[in-house]
Amino acid sequence: MIKIIVGRLLQLVPVLWILLTLTFFLSKVVPGGPFSAERQATPEVIAKLNEYYGLDKPLWQQYLSYLSRVVRFDFGPSYTYQTDSVNEVIARAFPVSLLIGCLAFCIALALGVTAGVIAAVNKNKLWDYLPMSLAMAGICVPTFVMGPILALTFGLGLKLAPVSGWYGLNYVPLHPMVMPALTLGLFYAAYIARLTRGGMLEVLNQDFIRTARAKGVPDHQIIFKHAMRGGLLPIVAFLGPTFAGLISGSFVVEKVFNVPGLGQEFIKSVFNRDYPLILGTVVFFGVLIVIFNLVSDVLQALMDPRTRK
Amino acid sequence: MKKLVLAVGLILIGGLIWYASSQTRTVAESRTIEEANRHKVLLLTEGSEPRTLDPQLAAGVPEHRIVVALTVGLVEDDPNDQSKEIPGLADRWEHNEDFSVWTFHIRENAKWSNGDPVTAEDFVFSYKRILTASLGAPYSDALFIIKGAEDYYHGKVKDFSQVGVKALDDHTLRIELAGPTPYFLSALLHDSWYPVNPKTILKFGAIDERDTKWTRPENYVGTGPFKIKAWRPNDVIELERNPLYWDAKTVKLNGINFYSIENEDTADRAFWAGQLHKTLTIPLNKVPYYRREHPDIIHLSPYEGVYFYRLNVERKPLDNPKVRLALNLAIDRESICRNILRADQKPATGFTPPGMEGYKPLDVMHYDPERARQLLAEAGYPNGKGFPRMKILFNTMESHRTIAEAIQQMWKEELNIDVGLENQEWKVYLESQNTFNYDISRSAWIGDFMDPVTFLTLWMTGNGNNNTHWSNPKYDELIRAAGQTGDPKARLDLLHRAEKLFLSEPPVVLVYWYVRDYLMDPSVKNWNPLVLDNHNYKFIDLESASRPR
Repeated sequence: MIKIIVGRLLQLVPVLWILLTLTFFLSKVVPGGPFSAERQATPEVIAKLNEYYGLDKPLWQQYLSYLSRVVRFDFGPSYTYQTDSVNEVIARAFPVSLLIGCLAFCIALALGVTAGVIAAVNKNKLWDYLPMSLAMAGICVPTFVMGPILALTFGLGLKLAPVSGWYGLNYVPLHPMVMPALTLGLFYAAYIARLTRGGMLEVLNQDFIRTARAKGVPDHQIIFKHAMRGGLLPIVAFLGPTFAGLISGSFVVEKVFNVPGLGQEFIKSVFNRDYPLILGTVVFFGVLIVIFNLVSDVLQALMDPRTRK
Repeated sequence: MKKLVLAVGLILIGGLIWYASSQTRTVAESRTIEEANRHKVLLLTEGSEPRTLDPQLAAGVPEHRIVVALTVGLVEDDPNDQSKEIPGLADRWEHNEDFSVWTFHIRENAKWSNGDPVTAEDFVFSYKRILTASLGAPYSDALFIIKGAEDYYHGKVKDFSQVGVKALDDHTLRIELAGPTPYFLSALLHDSWYPVNPKTILKFGAIDERDTKWTRPENYVGTGPFKIKAWRPNDVIELERNPLYWDAKTVKLNGINFYSIENEDTADRAFWAGQLHKTLTIPLNKVPYYRREHPDIIHLSPYEGVYFYRLNVERKPLDNPKVRLALNLAIDRESICRNILRADQKPATGFTPPGMEGYKPLDVMHYDPERARQLLAEAGYPNGKGFPRMKILFNTMESHRTIAEAIQQMWKEELNIDVGLENQEWKVYLESQNTFNYDISRSAWIGDFMDPVTFLTLWMTGNGNNNTHWSNPKYDELIRAAGQTGDPKARLDLLHRAEKLFLSEPPVVLVYWYVRDYLMDPSVKNWNPLVLDNHNYKFIDLESASRPR
């Protein structure tokens, strides 16, 4: 087991290198530069800026000097935030996304698994159709629709949460992270519910469950002790990348609720052609995804003896 | 084993949450509108997060909105009339007969927010800094109207004392300009002319060093009515009153919070939830509703900007002035303003928008399909026959598409010509426009100050923002002659003639003159409609009585 983990962590190095190289060259191929604007600066100014940020050098030189900085964990200055380094931008934006992501993850898991289990147990009855149609609706409603709906209901209507910003308001009870987390959580809960139902149904039809039933084991024990262990396997594989995706922030939700997370930094860096910030966030996401994929693999191995080698 | 994994997992997630919440402080001094009114804190949004608050490196409108609260220049914005200036750091000034030499007397009580007196030498340093090419200041060309400034910038003159800026003594600044400039005071209102504190700049880097830490809240030194209290990027910049500001007794507010809200729908919700006193703009589809239901809250006022299409005059058939004129005359601007924009925008009948003192806007571009068809026929395309298919390029945005579709249809109906639509992402679109890789391109121009030259120099040969290949030596000559004319009326006449010439062979298709549309709480006082939308925050006040929500 330890060997596998160490091996996977070592794979991180070539994976990140490929990711970084691809992103580096792709971002330079995209038309448009970081310093263009509606009111164009004079060619001299653009030339000065390119010189200042080393963008006047040949591409391979830029690439090498960038690589040499990255191995020292220095992602360079951001062009958009003129006094900040990419490291500073990530350091202040990531905790926001992390907080929202963790809460969204808990919401998704709690709602999704509960709904999925209820549906599986009541197969083809009202309590199967009801949560599953809700889940289908949840998958179909994109976050940029769900977000404003929640903001209008809970923010403007019931005055329970702020509709915008990352600051507490003394006249609303909820923390600003709740609404974005709920928007994201509901979306993923729907997926998890469907996966859970599928996994549970497969297990509930197996012989060992029938044996347990025949032996007179009570229903709740069958579900919680025997069926869930196998029934939840499919979602464990899904959870790794999902968790990484959730804590790295969602552009749409962060824009709708105007919270200063990493998701919008990532997308905005592309719009702004802020090359160092694009690369910094891509590498950061890369690390997160590799790590949480590994975590979900380890968990799966622990839960399912068949996958252990 | 299982329990151990579970425990480790829980500890890990708990640790992450603890770490995250320790890193993100969410509690600002934010309040309901009522409470903000009592504390006299104005809640605004500046749009997108400012890239810098260095007045000399700032280039965009969001930056400008905050910088004017932090630093003022020799003169300040008049709260009622954008074509006038009121004394700022200078309490009086004189100019020679032809407006080319100006002497400013800096007031005795002018102070930086760190307590240092503001001196004439500070201005000399500031202008030297922005004119140092290696700083890469986006607006350095705004100062080229100073005698010798352009030569210094290009390195033809090494000694800054050759440039027409002199400190005669601590409180007297003399600026010698390259030519007569009656609008000089208006130009001075722009950030690029604001002073920066030499001591602070040099403490954090060299005179031409970009992106130093001096603009951080704890280091910032300005001359304005407010100073930075806190800055949480992408969330809020909180300003508080600067007691050392020369006119601190006039300042009504105790603070201003600038929230960076890019999404106009989010800002709209924040306004109705009582998190903002004022929005920047209104989502296009909500304008008619607000006009009907909330006439006391919606505000519409003219704005010094023009929406138009650039035409690439090197491409056939746009090289023919008759075709270009025909395209202009076939557009029903009234209809676009009335049916699509719906917020009191005015059809652009000329390029320079109304509102410039002494300058009558041109009234030449009208809807005249008959004449348009005739011109097109004269150009060799009777009833649109043989007219090549062209494309309208615009940056991806719903409102641009709607307008482009309307114009596409008008050209089809009136001239029987087919044009396609092409949207591109913002930076790609800019690149296409700057490299002339387009036929027709959506554009806009917003005035920097209250004089037609802010619109008309754009079309001079070699201007970096011309981007149409259009060039006319006679036009250049007229603009240059205006720059040499001391008599204000004769000068404006020359500019008028230049614009008329420009519109007789237009390398543009005019569409409409801008309007600022925004929602504002009735508790905000003295926020007057101003054509440049430059507000002097020291006059703004809040009254406790707010509307019920």
